Amino acid sequence: MKNDIYSYDLIPDVDMPAEFANHQNRRAAREARGDAPFMPRRQFLKLSGIAGGGLVLAFMMAGRSQSEAAHHKTGGQKTFSPNAYIQIKPDGEIVIAAKNPEVGQGVKTFLPMIIAEELEVPWESVTVVQSEIDKDRFGPQSAGGSQSTPRNWTPLRQAGAVARTMLINAAAAEWGVSAGSLKADQGFIVNPKNGKKISYADLASKAATLDVPDAETVTFKERSEYKLLGKFIPGVDNPDLVTGKPLFGIDQTLPGMVYAVLVKCPSFYGKVKRANLEDVKNMPGVVDAFIVDGNSVDGELSPGVAIVAKSTYEAFLAEKALQVSWDKSEASNESWGDLKELALDLTSKPGPVAEETGDMQAAIDGADKVVDGFYTYPFLSHSNLEPQNCTAWFHGGKMEFWAPTQTPQAIAGAVSRILGIAEEDIIVNQVRGGGGFGRRLINDFACEAAAVAHKVDAPVKLMWSREADMAHDFYRVGGFHNMKGTIDKSGKLSGLQDRTLIFTNKGNGRPVRGGNIRAGNIQAPEIPNVRIEAHEIPLIVPCGWWRAPTSCSVAWVFQSFIHEMATAAGRDHLEFLLEQYGEPRWLGKQTSRDFNTERAINVTKAAAKKGNWGKKMKQGQGRGIAFYFSHLGYFAEVAEVTVDSSNNVKVDRVVVAADCGILLNKSGGENQVEGSVIDAISTMASQEITFEEGAVKEQNFDDFPLLRMPSQPKIEIEWLTTEHSPTGLGEPAFPPATAAITNAIFEATGKRIRTMPISKDGFRIV
Amino acid sequence: MATIQINVNGESREISDIDPTTPLLWALRDHLGMVGTKFGCGKGLCGACTVHLNGTAIRSCSTPVSAVNGLNVTTIEGLAHDEDHLHPLQEAWMEHDVPQCGYCQAGQMMNAASLLATNPKPSDSDIDNAMAGNICRCGTYQRIRKAIHTAAGNGGAA
Ligand code: FES
Ligand code: FES
Repeated sequence: MKNDIYSYDLIPDVDMPAEFANHQNRRAAREARGDAPFMPRRQFLKLSGIAGGGLVLAFMMAGRSQSEAAHHKTGGQKTFSPNAYIQIKPDGEIVIAAKNPEVGQGVKTFLPMIIAEELEVPWESVTVVQSEIDKDRFGPQSAGGSQSTPRNWTPLRQAGAVARTMLINAAAAEWGVSAGSLKADQGFIVNPKNGKKISYADLASKAATLDVPDAETVTFKERSEYKLLGKFIPGVDNPDLVTGKPLFGIDQTLPGMVYAVLVKCPSFYGKVKRANLEDVKNMPGVVDAFIVDGNSVDGELSPGVAIVAKSTYEAFLAEKALQVSWDKSEASNESWGDLKELALDLTSKPGPVAEETGDMQAAIDGADKVVDGFYTYPFLSHSNLEPQNCTAWFHGGKMEFWAPTQTPQAIAGAVSRILGIAEEDIIVNQVRGGGGFGRRLINDFACEAAAVAHKVDAPVKLMWSREADMAHDFYRVGGFHNMKGTIDKSGKLSGLQDRTLIFTNKGNGRPVRGGNIRAGNIQAPEIPNVRIEAHEIPLIVPCGWWRAPTSCSVAWVFQSFIHEMATAAGRDHLEFLLEQYGEPRWLGKQTSRDFNTERAINVTKAAAKKGNWGKKMKQGQGRGIAFYFSHLGYFAEVAEVTVDSSNNVKVDRVVVAADCGILLNKSGGENQVEGSVIDAISTMASQEITFEEGAVKEQNFDDFPLLRMPSQPKIEIEWLTTEHSPTGLGEPAFPPATAAITNAIFEATGKRIRTMPISKDGFRIV
Repeated sequence: MATIQINVNGESREISDIDPTTPLLWALRDHLGMVGTKFGCGKGLCGACTVHLNGTAIRSCSTPVSAVNGLNVTTIEGLAHDEDHLHPLQEAWMEHDVPQCGYCQAGQMMNAASLLATNPKPSDSDIDNAMAGNICRCGTYQRIRKAIHTAAGNGGAA
């Protein structure tokens, strides 16, 4: 079998920042650079009184930064700031910048932890501030594809190690000894020979005058020397969260602010013909109402009617009085029912071969057993608990945003294209997002806020109702897989065929986001004959990246079907699954993106052990296992369920074994894993987005329900200790969970679930 | 349009020129500038907007401001005694690092506070039942339950 299909390169599906990489926000950078460069202006104002500022050097990854020396005087003393991330003040305060958007994945805590570890300071002494948006100094600033961790692992360790090295050099100069004889220890430089020590604060002024070493030349701490990484560290925003401070996008308030909604056509890409604007303007509290043309670019500005009011409620009320005649000539007219019929028909017949290894027909001809199974899963909404919103203010020719986005650097480009404002006149302030899951990778809400703010002489908070949020999402794409598998005479899985279809974006002809299905997704390199047949169907309904794009749906199909095959072969599922990985080895180019069967074997065995694999269960109970490698993380999960005679399913326990390389924050990491498992159960229980005439039917949490507390299982996590580089944890625990649970339901009931959500087959999660 | 007087977190606040059908949620957020109380669904389905009315948890998105005229409302901003003395739930929430995105947590804590006021030593199933109206999209349910036990002094036991 050729290895190259086992290169799990992060296809554009996941590696979304590449799509956005060109857009930057230089102006905001320049504006702030003079004073406190990594702080948004409001924080800067707050801190500047105590800080006295400090000139900060541009942080350059390869360490080419020159010593322009960090000195701004505070009563003759200097703040030490060797790069954009770190400030050590003579009064002992240590400020570390958190560069990426926080949407609940814990990044505002764990990225600064990496710096603090290498800087060798006690975590309690660190103040974390959210950085400004500036690609030149912070590189890509986005939250998606679990990329924050792998991308920043080396640069952030370098940032900390450069500062530590300079503090050692400063102490060496102070004491007239060699730097090699000194050690850093929790905010001090010590001389082990004579026991002398000096604090970072006391060294700050001197360190600020030294040359900044090349980042490539500094040495990192050994993993055995870590004092912070891997510990249970609570989120840095917790004190503000538990007391209700205004952290989120929706909480932003500016003097004289008005509130707006942009009402869009229920059918995607419909345009406004006319609207009763005068009636709406006469509604109480309404300041203005006007038509927004939009540019109808996927992910940018949809046409609609803007209503601006003195309060959110008045804007919502006025929306009820709005009557629009829509031009649907170019709108979606698609229906989920029709698509399903078409898909059933297409996938029942041979389709164009997208990928083939070996000879599938020969496998069928020579098979001892042939198994067929038709799998289908629906579209899904992200349902961030904080509905989409954005605050924008057009002042002095500049457009300034407070945007709960996962891709802040992408806003300037889009808004510049739409409104013709120069990119350097677009400023984006980072705010906390109430859930990401991939929804906020797309900045349609920011484009809308800009379009309204451009016409209104006041700061504008654009609000989406829950109903608007569900009707205008970028959905997880649904899918269809007509699976065929063969068992040869020795009881081995000899062939696997997937007749599927790939939805393509009607605009650009490429697979929709999260919709590219490839043989590599099967993750069973020992199967000698594999064929993927894929019909392509153009789609207008907008699709987006949804937690673990592609993997979130296909892992369930393939990991269920392998269980079906094991059952057909009359073999133990664990042993059969392990057989599919083959010998421990690293496939493809042996990068972190390539499948490492050794890591797969280890997590699968660990999950089986902790999950009591093979231990007898009571009548009505079942245990299932599944594995998946996604977003650079290896996860195997064992689920235990109890199913009663009315098909009520209680997920009793989910055991997770994870190899994510080095674990950065035990608390944040476990929270992500627990959340992913809950999300998987939530999704499989009864979630389904359907559409008719190009409009989504589900409206709120009553017809698109989320899992509630009584249905949560016990979740147990085992972290495998490996030396691999760390990976992000927002996604990879999700994909195997669904299959582990449906496999367990099969063991408990003998019923194979091949349709999501499981409510379609009469099962209910209780 | 009406003038409404509410005692919010022990302070008398007057809102003039407000549509009396305005949900308490938006009165708090837009008129009083208290944004700790969150909007999730607007239909009583998620619990993000939970506040206390005379000590009992209610959904502020589904309560018109006219219905609370002259009454005592407590929001997340007023859950603590004062800045130095947080409510045991707030302490427990930090200890267990409950939040992921954190958006639901104000509502979760307000609902939990109402539970503990009537049932100081809840069991797992007491907690599950009392908290079933509060959605956490991020799935922090295990930690919420643990934190409620801790705040109740249950020592983490079920
Ligand atoms: S916003 Fe009130 S219950 Fe959801
Ligand atoms: S922590 Fe995000 S919704 Fe609960």
